[in-house]
Amino acid sequence: MVVPRWRRITDHAIRYVLLTVIGAVMIYPFLYMLSTSFKTRSLILDDPLQLIPSDPTLSNYVTALTANHFGRYFVNSALVAVVSTVLIVFVSSMMAYAFSRFDFPGKRFFFVAIVVGLTIPTMMLIIPQFLLARDLHLLNSLQGLVPFYVGTALGFNTFLLTGFFETIPQELDEAMLVDGAGAWRRYWNLVLPLARPALATCAIFAFLGTWDEYAWALTTLNDTEVRTLPIAIALFQGQHSTSWGLVFAASMIAIIPVLIVYIVFQRHFVAGLAAGAVKS
Amino acid sequence: MAVAAYAFVLPGFALYALIVLYPAVQTFLLSLRDWNIVPGQPSPWIGLANYVQAFGDPVFLRSLVNSAVYTVVTVPLQIVIGLGLAVLLDSKLPGRVFFRVVFYLPVVTSWVVVSLLFQYIFASGDGLANAVVVHILHLAPHNVAWLQSRWTGMAAISALGVWKGIGWSMLIFLAALTGVPRELHEAAALDGAGAWGRFRHVSLPAIRPATMVVIVLLIIGGFQVFISVLLMTQGGPSDSTQVPLTYMYDQAFSYYKFGYGSAISFTLTVLVLVLSAAQYAWNRSRNKES
Repeated sequence: MVVPRWRRITDHAIRYVLLTVIGAVMIYPFLYMLSTSFKTRSLILDDPLQLIPSDPTLSNYVTALTANHFGRYFVNSALVAVVSTVLIVFVSSMMAYAFSRFDFPGKRFFFVAIVVGLTIPTMMLIIPQFLLARDLHLLNSLQGLVPFYVGTALGFNTFLLTGFFETIPQELDEAMLVDGAGAWRRYWNLVLPLARPALATCAIFAFLGTWDEYAWALTTLNDTEVRTLPIAIALFQGQHSTSWGLVFAASMIAIIPVLIVYIVFQRHFVAGLAAGAVKS
Repeated sequence: MAVAAYAFVLPGFALYALIVLYPAVQTFLLSLRDWNIVPGQPSPWIGLANYVQAFGDPVFLRSLVNSAVYTVVTVPLQIVIGLGLAVLLDSKLPGRVFFRVVFYLPVVTSWVVVSLLFQYIFASGDGLANAVVVHILHLAPHNVAWLQSRWTGMAAISALGVWKGIGWSMLIFLAALTGVPRELHEAAALDGAGAWGRFRHVSLPAIRPATMVVIVLLIIGGFQVFISVLLMTQGGPSDSTQVPLTYMYDQAFSYYKFGYGSAISFTLTVLVLVLSAAQYAWNRSRNKES
């Protein structure tokens, strides 16, 4: 279909105008947060429409980073998120490998149990999970978070990876089998390298999910030194209820890793999207 | 062969069963008991008494109404704006990735951070919301104490829900629209259909399955609104903005009523499962037709 040049230009112009207007509204809250994080306490709530602070200051960032064990919380969150992400990707890829490559008694039962679990919202499990964590002495510790983060993420990631592994031709496995490679070598040296894009998608969602996780950490963590960032930021707001600049400086520091992961890997987000929504 | 398969499946499945399946069954069992948090103390079985209590509890019923209102407000807005943005981006537009990244940014930002941000935006004094609503649009004569009463509080919470969710529905709609064959549009254009006609009679029917998925997932998500309410209003003032999950959380972890909290959890789970089942049935009947 040949579209006249002037029509294409007007079409693009209309799209740009609308996208820019809506985009400005969408991005404004972030700019507002960024701007507030550079304002001194007295200027906050001065004029919400003035984005450039008249007297910008880094003091909120300095205070956030030095006071209140903030560095500790950042490290806590990073440790929990990295360990959980590695385990989630590793364990669910193992399960997905079995589902996509083997026939074994009970396979259907295992798989159906995983799919059914996907429809159960995580929050519905929080009361019995709390009792379970208490009985297993997993309350109030960072290590205690990991099995719960991994366990709740397994269903979705196993489901996603099984679908992807099934698209990898079986002939490749058979060729390796002829060469005498065992199941582990076929999994580790063949399927995992070929599935790198899908594994990346899983890793990104797992990292973001555990880095931002709030409800479970809020329920199980008590002591100051085991807090994660989302807990610390929410408490920051409670303790310094008028120091919004400080709250947002801390928030900006917390979302920087997310922004980096998101912008670098943004094309992977489309892949795991539809299924990911089920559990978000 | 089977031994190898079990070696791959069982470690993960055991953890999954312990962390997800066992608690799922326990939620139901706990809901039938007057649970005593102190270990060793009796927790008598009381049948459906927790459910009877819940459906006679004005705060629980109000929490259901609040989440229904939240859903009714946020789902259509997310769909209309998300679809609108997807249509705008469904073109060989230079810089479209930039816009896609901007619109999706709220989706990836932590609920805690955006909830605090919106609490600040909807501050009682000269916050951003009051600046726009009162001083620019003149929709109200004086500053509104947004989070201090039920409907303005729900409005603020809904505004956050829409803002944070638009990017997600946009991305799904964009993927669906990209899959609509160009030839269909060209054929319709040859028949004299304008842009709106092609959208209504070509694009919309073609993306119907995706639209259904988005609607159902958004409704399910709407009834599970939690962190934004917890941080913005704590369900207050005086329980007026409670939603089922904040009320459940309050009952369980402020008052240690684990049995009652579980009954609320289980009720909401059933609601979600019914919605999922309805979508599944709808998909199946559709697949049979075609």
